[in-house]
Order: sequence, then C-alpha cells, then structure tokens
Amino acid sequence: MSKQMTGAKMVVQALKDQGVEVVFGYPGGAVLPIYDELFLQNDIRHILVRHEQGAVHMAEGYARSTGKPGVALVTSGPGATNAVTGLTDALMDSIPIVVLTGQVPTFMIGTDGFQEADTVGITRPCTKMNWLVKDTAKLSETIHQAFHVATHGRPGPVLIDIPKDVQFATADYTPAEKAKISHYQPRTEGDPNQIARLVEMMETAERPILYTGGGVINSGPRASQLLRELANETGFPVTSTLMGLGAYPASGKSWIGMLGMHGLYEANLAMHGCDLMINIGARFDDRITGRVKDFSPRSKKAHIDIDPSSINKVIHVDVPILGDVAKVLEELLRQWRARGSRTDKAGLAKWWKQIDEWRAVKCLAYKPSTSTIKPQYALERLEALTKGMDRYITTEVGQHQMWAAQFLGFEEPNRWMTSGGLGTMGYGLPASIGVQIAHPEALVINVAGEASWLMNMQEMGTAMQFRAPVKQFILNNERLGMVRQWQELLHGERYSSSWSESLPDFVKLAEAFGCKGIKCDDPKDLDDAVMEMIRHDGPVIFDCLVEKHENCFPMIPSGKPHNEMLLSADAEAFRSGAVLV
Amino acid sequence: MSALNIKKGSTSHSAYDLRSANSEVEESHTLAVIVENEPGVLARVIGLFSGRGYNIDSLTVAEVDHTGHRSRITIVTRGTPAVIDQIEAQLSRMVPVHAVHDLTMDGPSVQRELALVKVRGKGEHRIEALRLAEIFRANVVDSTLESFVFEMTGTPEKIDAFADLMRPLGLVEIARTGVAALKRGF
Repeated sequence: MSKQMTGAKMVVQALKDQGVEVVFGYPGGAVLPIYDELFLQNDIRHILVRHEQGAVHMAEGYARSTGKPGVALVTSGPGATNAVTGLTDALMDSIPIVVLTGQVPTFMIGTDGFQEADTVGITRPCTKMNWLVKDTAKLSETIHQAFHVATHGRPGPVLIDIPKDVQFATADYTPAEKAKISHYQPRTEGDPNQIARLVEMMETAERPILYTGGGVINSGPRASQLLRELANETGFPVTSTLMGLGAYPASGKSWIGMLGMHGLYEANLAMHGCDLMINIGARFDDRITGRVKDFSPRSKKAHIDIDPSSINKVIHVDVPILGDVAKVLEELLRQWRARGSRTDKAGLAKWWKQIDEWRAVKCLAYKPSTSTIKPQYALERLEALTKGMDRYITTEVGQHQMWAAQFLGFEEPNRWMTSGGLGTMGYGLPASIGVQIAHPEALVINVAGEASWLMNMQEMGTAMQFRAPVKQFILNNERLGMVRQWQELLHGERYSSSWSESLPDFVKLAEAFGCKGIKCDDPKDLDDAVMEMIRHDGPVIFDCLVEKHENCFPMIPSGKPHNEMLLSADAEAFRSGAVLV
Repeated sequence: MSALNIKKGSTSHSAYDLRSANSEVEESHTLAVIVENEPGVLARVIGLFSGRGYNIDSLTVAEVDHTGHRSRITIVTRGTPAVIDQIEAQLSRMVPVHAVHDLTMDGPSVQRELALVKVRGKGEHRIEALRLAEIFRANVVDSTLESFVFEMTGTPEKIDAFADLMRPLGLVEIARTGVAALKRGF
C-alpha cells in the first residue's frame, strides 16, 4: 500500500528514492516545510550556499564530475529568478540538474503575492522541461518524471515549482517504480544502415578526423572507452571541443588538441582540410565553425547526436546518425571490425605527416619572461606540478579558460568543468565546490580570472562552512582579459571599461573568510607557491599576478574560416598577423 | 535555382529528396503537432517559435482526445526547407510533444478555416453582398436591416477572396479561426 505523507516529506522521500545524496540550496518562506523535513533526516546532506546562482552551478559541478543529476532547492520569487543563469548554463551545456523551487500557495498565485514570480513562465525557455505542481497527489510522480527527463535523451535542467500549500497537504506517495512511465523515450540506437555508410567512408578516407564533443562525456564512461578503441584501432586523429576534453586522453597518440576559436592550429587546419569528418556528440557551435560558408569545404560529414535538432541545424551533413554515442560507437566498431578493420593506411600516413608539419608551427608558443609570470607559464607549471594527481579542474570564463583548455591535459572524462555554451562568468568557484562535495579527497582547482571570480566570490563562505578544500587559482591581470584582447585587436585599442579597478587584496580577503591566501608575482617563486597551495588542507585563494597585456592565441576572429587564424608573434609561422593556407 | 516545378507533397512518394536542402526559397508548411494536454504546453510551443525566430502564419489548438489527454495544434509556418526541417526537429524533441506531422510533405491534405465576416450596407451593396455570399456558400448567422454576419468555411485562400470582395461592399470586421487540417485518405 502506498503511504500517506505531506508534500514536503514527499519531496525528501522522492529525492532519496532517486539516490540523491546532496542538495545545494537556500531556504526561504515558500520552501520552509521542505527545509523542516530535511532537518528531520540524515540521509540527504544539505549544502547551504550564499546565493542561489551558486547553488545551481554547484549542482552542475556535481553532475558533471559524477555523471549523476545534481539537485538544487531554492525559494520562490528571487530564489527562482537567481537560479535562471544556472539553468540556462545547464541547458546550453546539456547538464542534468533538477531544481526545486518554492511557490506562493496555489490560492495566491496570480495576485502578486510576496515573493511571487511566474517561475514556470520565466524558466520555460531555459529548462528542458518544467512543472508547476498544484496537487500534492501528483507531486511524487512529477519528481520521478523530472529525474527521468533530466537524464534521458540529451540531458538538461528541469524545474519543479511547488506551492507552499501543496507542501503542507497530505496525499499518497507514489514510489519511483510505480510512477507513470513518461512517454519521453528518445531513441538511443543508431540506424545500422547509416552506420554502414559511415563504415564504408572510413575504409576509404584519406584525411579523416574525429571531431568529438560533450556528448561523448554525457553518454557515460563506456562512450569514452569506445572512442579510445575507435581512435587507436583506426589511427584517425582526434580533436575535441571545449566540452569534450578528457573523453580521449591528452597523452593519446591520436590526440591533436582542442579545436575552435582558440583551438590549436593543427586541429583547426585538420578540420578545414579533412575529407571525412566524423562528428561524435558535438554540435557545430559557432565558436567551432567560424564562417559557416567556408567550414571544412571538401569533406563528407557524419554526425552522431542524440538530439534530432542538432543534426543539420548549422552544418548540412551527409550521414546523420541519431542515437546515443556509446550505442552508436559500439555498432560502428562492430561493423568496421566485422569487415576487416580496413583503413587507407597510405593515405593516413600522408595525412599524419601533414598534421605533424602543422604541429611544427608550435602555435602555443609564447615569449617567456623571467620577471613577470606569463599566464601560459603559470598553467604549464600547474599542469606539471599536479600531473598524475586525482585532479579536477573548473574554470571561470575568459582568457584564463582558453589557456587552461590549451595548457592543461585531461586523461579522463568528467575531470573538466567549464561553462562552454553560455560562457557564464562566476561559474567556476561554485562549480568547484560542487565537484569537491562529490569528491572530498580529490584535488579540485578552479582556474579563474580575477574579474570572473569576483562575480560569485561569496561562495568562499560555503567552501569554508562545508570544509570543501577548493583551490582558487586566480590568474590576476587586473583586466577583463578577453574583452581587452578584443578591444585591442578589433576596437582600435579603446579599452572601454575593461580593467579591474579597486580590486580587493585577495590574501586579506582569504583571511577574512578564514581560509589561506597566497600571493605570487615572481616566476621564480611560482613552483613553491603552487605546491604550498596543493599541500594546504583547506580552501586557498591563490592570487597569481600575471602579465597584464598577454593575448590568447591562436585565435580565429568571429566570422572568419579556420584557415584565417591569428597566431602569436612567437609561433614559427607568424606572417604579418594572419596565416593563410 | 532549379527550374523544375516540383509539387509540394510529391516527395513523400519518391525514393529521393527532390528538393534541394540548400534552397533559399521560403515555403509554407502546415504542421500538425500532437501534444500532451497540460498547462503551459501552448506557451512552450509558441515560445519555441518566438525564441528561435520562426514564423507563425496561423495557429489553432484544441483538445482532441479527452481520455488520452491529447491536444492537436495546427500551425501554418513559413521557411526555407532547412528551417522547416529544424522546426520539426525542435518540436519533436520537446518533452510534451507526442508527434509532429508535416501535412504539406505527407501527401495531400484537407485544410479548412472558419471565418465570421461582418458587412454593413444598404441597397445595392446589401443585395450584392448576399448574392456573393450565396456563391461562396456562406451562411447568414446574424442580420439587422443594415448588416449581415456571414459564416463560411474553406481554405484560407477562399476566405481571403471572399473578404476582398466584401471590402468595397462594407466589410466591417472579420474573425478567423486559423487552419485546421487533416491528411487525406489513411
């Protein structure tokens, strides 16, 4: 027999049934009954954030580093509106999170009550699905459905808006196994005929490339494993979007680096010059394609994606394969192996020779300095000093994010959390806390810029309260670096509002929060300082004062094709700014 | 552009896609979207169109299966073939959407719209309006000594034609339901 309970108790029971261990949230009038139930139990841990945006980014960090859905709980009105940025961020990057919001009682909805907002109306375009539950009898079933929707098909954020009277009222609890199975059952198996077409193309391709994205990571560890088998057995080069880093190891022999606006020269030219592009769980984002008209003009393109609207949205493809990455790769490998694991070995050897020539340009080269810390140098040292450690990296958004993607190597999926689609400054600090809560023993570092970091710095309080020893590695150039770079290159060096005036003393700020602050401005001291940060058993704010006017290269200016890339003056092939191939 | 005039609706019977995927020519398509009848579902569908910059020429919605909780939304939209494909993909991935049918591509379909047309006039104009209404098989559903309200059903083109004829005869206002459509045969 089903059990009678209040709506508030149902919420907690349904979360337990869904295997939820931690909820990131902030209480308020419209969710007090749920907070009361959280108080009366010990199975679910509640992490009290300092701002609701932080709660959602923490849930994202938790989800991305574990593969499990993250959960946030916030109150009505401002609680819900503060969650909007995090929801949009999760929607753009396909992160499964479940956000519960309180709402004014049902009889007050529409009266402009205190802390009332049209939460489902506001969040409809920034969630995969949302629900306003007006009947306690439907509450538990809706929560189970919400978890199903968040984690099936292309993952994404869902929101359940729960009026306060629905939390107080009593009804029968519906356990997860008895909940109505949602009709939402996206197709996961790829069409074997389309896969067969791709196998034939793979056998004859002279210049193939595997272009992988966040879909490989979202598909689960099996997908990354199969991608490695595919790359290693075919010998095809692998590039990845910002979202897909770690799916194929940076130390792997087929790895040619990240592609895109600040991607590697060899990766972008390989995309431009390939004759077969196999897109695995990426979405032809505009930071990847550059000018669409000139995107990889001579290639046949295959696209593996679970979302039908991703296929042919931006780039027309020759072989569309709708399905889950792991399932499609499984079938692709099965068919290719069954036909004798054939590739054009001579063609591939020539292709790799070409790629090696592009590599020789050394597109990440920068001018070293003995007096100031170059941001690239700081990341090279961070990489060297943390290699082999149980390490997770989050970032904020801007130059430091691109340098982190270029200079840090990822060997496993779910180790790299960054705001890709939405580009949310203020993401990294709360995300790092979410990751640390999920992996208490791991080394979690947020590579930050000082401007982004300030946007959600209040969450240091959360890190202190819950003993999350996150390391905030701030590359401080006292500038909005990426904005400044664009102003230098594209707006006549008019630096409109792009410097960080009146910055806090980060060491004193750390002390004010009760954590450790480290400041470093000399390259000679950097290694020791980084080791001090890593060894410290607790949160650290690391103020790394770096060169103020460094630009992030390579760079494909907006609206330019891949072969019109800007390289730094230090890269070998630099010729008056632009390199045309 | 291809000089061939390929009739819309003929491609579903062909082994090949006869229309270029890269065509820049805008087409009008009638979509039938079967959705879960739940609060907010219409806002969700309309929000998709406004949020992604798609056109809606007409839209009708009503519950069609009370026990199954299904509503049918009929949307007439315009776009290049690539945009129409994208609209269908975007609709079909929405959680409360059960099915999307492109009635323009699925072969012949029946399309009907209902209109109420108020015409005001005296003497010859009034007689002429009534005569034209008969030709268009419009019914008089309200009458005063100086006005009529005509009710007519037909394709949007037929209603357009009737409205054009009524304009010089004293058209006051017109209410239209938007298109409801079904595929012919089964």
